[in-house]
Amino acid sequence: MVTPARSHRIAETLTRFRASSLIAIILIIFALASIKSSGFANLISIQQMLTNAALFVLLAIGETLVLVTRNVDLSVGSTLGISAFLVGDLFTHHPGTPIWLAFVVGIGIGAVCGTVIGFIVTVANVPSLVVSLAGLYIIRGILNIIGLGIQIEPSAISLSFQKIGFETFAGIPWIFIIPAVVALVAAYFMRSYRSARELYAIGSNPDAAALAGVPVKRRVFTAFVISGSLAGLGGVLFLSEFATVDATAGTGYELLVIASCVIGGVAIFGGSGSVIGAALGAILLQVINQALVVSNVSSFWDSALAGALILFTIAVDRLLSNRASVALRLKQGAVRVE
Amino acid sequence: MEGVAKSFGSVAALVNGSITLYPGEAHALLGENGAGKSTLVKILAGVYQQDAGTYVLDGQPRLFHGPAESQDAGIAVIYQEPTLFDDLSVAENIFLGRQPLAALRRIDRREMRKQSRAIFAQLGVDIDPNRLSKGLSVADQQMVEIAKALSKDARIVVMDEPTAALSSQEVKRLFDVVLNLRNRGVAVLFISHRLEEVFEMCQRVTIMRDGSYVRTDLIGDLTIDQVVRSMVGRELSSLYPKTDFDRGGEVLRVERLTREGTFYDVSFSVNAGEIVALSGLVGSGRSEIARAIFGIDHYDAGAVYMKGEKLKGNSPLRAMRAGIGFVPEDRRQQGLVMEYGIDHNVALASMRGLRRGFLLLRSAEDKMAVDWSTKLRLKYGRLSDAVNTLSGGNQQKVVLAKWLATSPALIIVDEPTRGIDVGTKSEVHRIIDNLASQGVAVMMISSELPEVLGMADRVIVMREGRVTAQIARADATETSIMLAATGQVVGA
Repeated sequence: MVTPARSHRIAETLTRFRASSLIAIILIIFALASIKSSGFANLISIQQMLTNAALFVLLAIGETLVLVTRNVDLSVGSTLGISAFLVGDLFTHHPGTPIWLAFVVGIGIGAVCGTVIGFIVTVANVPSLVVSLAGLYIIRGILNIIGLGIQIEPSAISLSFQKIGFETFAGIPWIFIIPAVVALVAAYFMRSYRSARELYAIGSNPDAAALAGVPVKRRVFTAFVISGSLAGLGGVLFLSEFATVDATAGTGYELLVIASCVIGGVAIFGGSGSVIGAALGAILLQVINQALVVSNVSSFWDSALAGALILFTIAVDRLLSNRASVALRLKQGAVRVE
Repeated sequence: MEGVAKSFGSVAALVNGSITLYPGEAHALLGENGAGKSTLVKILAGVYQQDAGTYVLDGQPRLFHGPAESQDAGIAVIYQEPTLFDDLSVAENIFLGRQPLAALRRIDRREMRKQSRAIFAQLGVDIDPNRLSKGLSVADQQMVEIAKALSKDARIVVMDEPTAALSSQEVKRLFDVVLNLRNRGVAVLFISHRLEEVFEMCQRVTIMRDGSYVRTDLIGDLTIDQVVRSMVGRELSSLYPKTDFDRGGEVLRVERLTREGTFYDVSFSVNAGEIVALSGLVGSGRSEIARAIFGIDHYDAGAVYMKGEKLKGNSPLRAMRAGIGFVPEDRRQQGLVMEYGIDHNVALASMRGLRRGFLLLRSAEDKMAVDWSTKLRLKYGRLSDAVNTLSGGNQQKVVLAKWLATSPALIIVDEPTRGIDVGTKSEVHRIIDNLASQGVAVMMISSELPEVLGMADRVIVMREGRVTAQIARADATETSIMLAATGQVVGA
């Protein structure tokens, strides 16, 4: 029997509990895979995993901001693609482009995509699922038109820019350091700033947020712009990592990103979840992927495992919250009957 | 506030609302359901803007464009429905948007907790500011709302039915807090249906009826009887074509029906040709009983019998097969498929009888729709017109037709004339009366006392989930029902 007081505590520590249990699961998989293959835990392999996870960590941060407000952004994969392609195109036509400008252009392209989607969602009051789904296809469509038959070649990309994709600092790939810093900043912001707390309020109870004087539309709009901007930044990192880009870049990323968030404890109906959780979710998915590779298990199992993990996390959540509400109902019943 | 009015489209929700609040005083706002209390409160809170009349605060005429503006002016409203954020901590709920800040404009959590604790200490309640507000009892949620109001130095605190879901100890604690607020010079506006509480707690009372101001008095100058009379005080019109006819045997019998937290130990029966009204205030459990009988909600104890046979399980389909029809309160959401035509809606509940093999007979469907539309004098263009193009009254006729087409032995009508104009209202009443004369048992739920008195052979009055009185037609008056509904008399 779970007493109400105890179940509240469970709910309160759920977020922290989630982060530590994700780390625990990552370590367990790590240990198992290392037993199977001695090469799994070496530095190169870990660096590879962090590199693979980097883009998803970055996109999951923006997606968390949007999900928390009870919205969803399905356009992040396409936005990443168009940013990667256009920045690559910039390098092709203007070989001397400075690196900082590449970042500004990429983030700017993402911000434009996020602005348009956020504008339609908030001003025209269209559900974000629909708007961002349309965004997914429209942005990809534009990319297909301008990128028809074009392949950005590594030779066109300056080497110093490509170094972001493979050089390391203190053993950590630069391409992972950037999302990690963004995640830490975002996590701090989400905990300690009024406007960020209002994002949670909006997702928790939209009507009450409006009654409490929260500028709901402005906050939701901002969340979409940030999500788009981070996807744009993701495009720049994508280009530095692969150096070769065509119109299919980033296809299908959006669902992996949402999966990362859900596994990381971000509530799909808004109101709760942390950026760090989502980032750990993204890393976990990559570790599993890598572990399957070294275990010689068919990579088809990868998707199935990701799905199972989502179901498992949701089941645990439901179990805990059901226990809490049952305990509460019993308590209230007792008060009413007297 | 004086002479304040508000209309929505052609419906005047508030015709002439007037109230004056004084610091340090608890002021009760009373009136029947639909008297315009909630609209008045929403104008006070800046949620709605008045169409006419004056709103003066501290000698200044005001027109608030949104809740944020009225909050800044020191008005806090504690709504009936919870407005807390489940996923945020109690302290954050209190200070949302106004969290104390430390360097770099980041939230100072320690200070926020400290201030929350200080406010709770003033209120004399023990709630942990760190916990999530998810799972707080209704009483504690109200305390958080009151703490929110105090943290903003609110000078006017409005409480809309704060005691509706509270136990007696919790009500007592609320009263202490209200006294505390008054001592600080806060003006409290208290909306409640529990008259004894109003008399215990408030100093002044304003009564409204049909969207208009009736009177304001010091509470000591009034008796409960006078208050009730001012609240209802209406003449019964000929809206109610009640005819007397022979009763048949028992159709529905409900025995000791209980659903934890909603209604308890409810027993009654309805005979063929009889109209039984369930009366009581909103939230007294009337609609919930209807939903349980029809098998939408489950019940924890007790039994429902149709013509002596026990209804097993909970499913609307079984209830329908046993001969029950249910016209729900919210016809747009629950009674009709709004985008479907009249024909499909009418036939929806009787499709079993209209099919041959697996195919639905279009011609039979049409015939049924034409028959009932004529009988009920439905006004329509074509039968295939979507029902969302019809007026409220005509929509209700379609819902009635749907159930009448199943030839039920018992029909449950929940708020049959809500939002319907007067002309159509009397037609709906005529239809219900006709049904009873044909031997159908009718169970009617209505918040409108005149309708209850005009139509019912017997009135069952509920209060807080329990039956407090069963009143025969001859003894039923507005006063006797209101007294039972507000818990003044416990009859049998």
